[in-house]
Amino acid sequence: MLAEKYADKIAKIRSKYPDLRSTVMPLLYIAQEEYGGLDESSLREVAELCDLDPTEVKTIAGFYTMYWENDEKGYKKGKYWLQVCTDLPCALRGADQFFEQLLDHLGVEDGGTTEDGMFTVEHVMCLAACDKAPMLQCNFHFLENLDMEKMKAKIEEWRAEAKERENG
Amino acid sequence: MEHILLRSRDISDIRKLDVYLRNGGYEGLKKAVLEHTSDQVIQIVKDSGLRGRGGAGFSTGMKWSFIPRDYPVKYVVVNADESEPGTFKDRELMEFNPHQVIEGAMIAAYAIKARAVYIYLRGEFWDIAGDLDQCIEQAREKGLVGQNILGTDWSCECYTHLGAGAYICGEETALLNSLQGLIGQPRVRPPFPAQVGGGLYYEPTVVNNVETLANVPWIIVNGAEAYKKIGTEKSPGTKIFCVSGHVNNPGNYEFPLGITFRQLIEAAGGMRDGKKCKAILPSGASGPVVPGTDKVLDTPLTYEDVAAIDTVLGSASVIIMDEDTDMVWAALKMARFFKHESCGKCTPCREGTYWLYRVISDLYKGNATLKDIELLADVAANMQGVTICALGDFAANPILSTVKHFRAEYEAYVKAQKPATVASAAD
Repeated sequence: MLAEKYADKIAKIRSKYPDLRSTVMPLLYIAQEEYGGLDESSLREVAELCDLDPTEVKTIAGFYTMYWENDEKGYKKGKYWLQVCTDLPCALRGADQFFEQLLDHLGVEDGGTTEDGMFTVEHVMCLAACDKAPMLQCNFHFLENLDMEKMKAKIEEWRAEAKERENG
Repeated sequence: MEHILLRSRDISDIRKLDVYLRNGGYEGLKKAVLEHTSDQVIQIVKDSGLRGRGGAGFSTGMKWSFIPRDYPVKYVVVNADESEPGTFKDRELMEFNPHQVIEGAMIAAYAIKARAVYIYLRGEFWDIAGDLDQCIEQAREKGLVGQNILGTDWSCECYTHLGAGAYICGEETALLNSLQGLIGQPRVRPPFPAQVGGGLYYEPTVVNNVETLANVPWIIVNGAEAYKKIGTEKSPGTKIFCVSGHVNNPGNYEFPLGITFRQLIEAAGGMRDGKKCKAILPSGASGPVVPGTDKVLDTPLTYEDVAAIDTVLGSASVIIMDEDTDMVWAALKMARFFKHESCGKCTPCREGTYWLYRVISDLYKGNATLKDIELLADVAANMQGVTICALGDFAANPILSTVKHFRAEYEAYVKAQKPATVASAAD
């Protein structure tokens, strides 16, 4: 349970706001991280922690794009969630081509996950890094000034790390 | 020129508190708190002519003066939700000169006697928020944030809060709702955020952009008169210009307001591959596009001069497009953005952004008639001025302005039934 495991963190979050309701977004991040996504039971847990109706928490999780729900079909995001910005300023500097090449390289469609569950690739709206295009966000960290050569090397690096973790 | 805002360009480690302190850091806060009353601070900022750098360009001192003096609970909220395509200045300030942002916010808090400052960062600024938290703690240890600031009886907390991916939260009332744990949809005004019933937790609140606040310490230290000597009479001070698109060196450039588009492009290394400038978006995707004519290129970047060429300076997110740019494709990209980002509260925006995207996608794929160009302009015109926040107007701007200035390109798509050249633009 989050309440026990993250007691200190939750207490610190609560101390920031005069209203418990304001803790819903930070708590959703904690739940998502802990459970690898949000489902019925984690949404209920967050609802209880901030004294809200679970439906309301679900509305909030649905409104913001950085929360994701694990759906019934068992769909899960890959270990590396690659979100490529293809908005106008990035696209003026080759982001569309980069995005297509990345999809091709990993053999997925926009929004798809590789068969090994390693990578989910999708386009995303502006990430405020227009001067460093092409760029992407990987699990909420930015990778900038990319080209396919750098990207292929990075993908190999991640695959090697995953293998190491498996063996280690 | 020495930078006022992008000081990390002059002093590389200025993000560290000791370096910032050694270079005049927190002198503005000290001067404000130890030498001035709150009202004096507001007057200085008003006299400086500083205008909001988030887009609206409203007088910062005036905004502060709207806060009721004797009301017991008040807040300062820093808008760090930077999400406009083409804008990436607040990010650099927070990453490389974070204490100046905190200092500016604390001066604002002193001016209105706020109980707390909340810095609302877009969720994607996850790493920056973590660093800012550390900076706030360091400032707290030095008595610059928290209880009894600088040994006085004034106390004020400072916190960060992360959004979770929603452009609309850059709109100040949507941001306040989001900070309160609601979905990020705008509020009907009045009451305005500065008024009782309109701000954070419905208490009087000042909402300022990151860059706006980063100007404040300098103004307090050097005075309003010194600030007014920079820039133009109606647009004083320096501004960070985010230059993106077809230039050799895209990036942030800080200049006094009043340099021309041509000078800015030159500063950014000139046009890529020596091409001609075809069109400029001076304020990201949300302001009208203008053609790259000599008249436009020689226009000074000030609030008043850019308004005179029928567009807006906004946050000065200058997107440059060269002669090879397909303007219908560019409009399609922006239509896609606004369709995704409409929060769904107001019908004209929710439906309008959807229809603009459908119609322009069809046109781009070669499945449209000349009538559809009229339809696009008609849908866009019906979104203007009829929504709670400006997103409806923003979404209409790229369509209306590209149809106005580059109509022939739309017609060429219809006549030639030109197939899409960039498949992923229409998804």
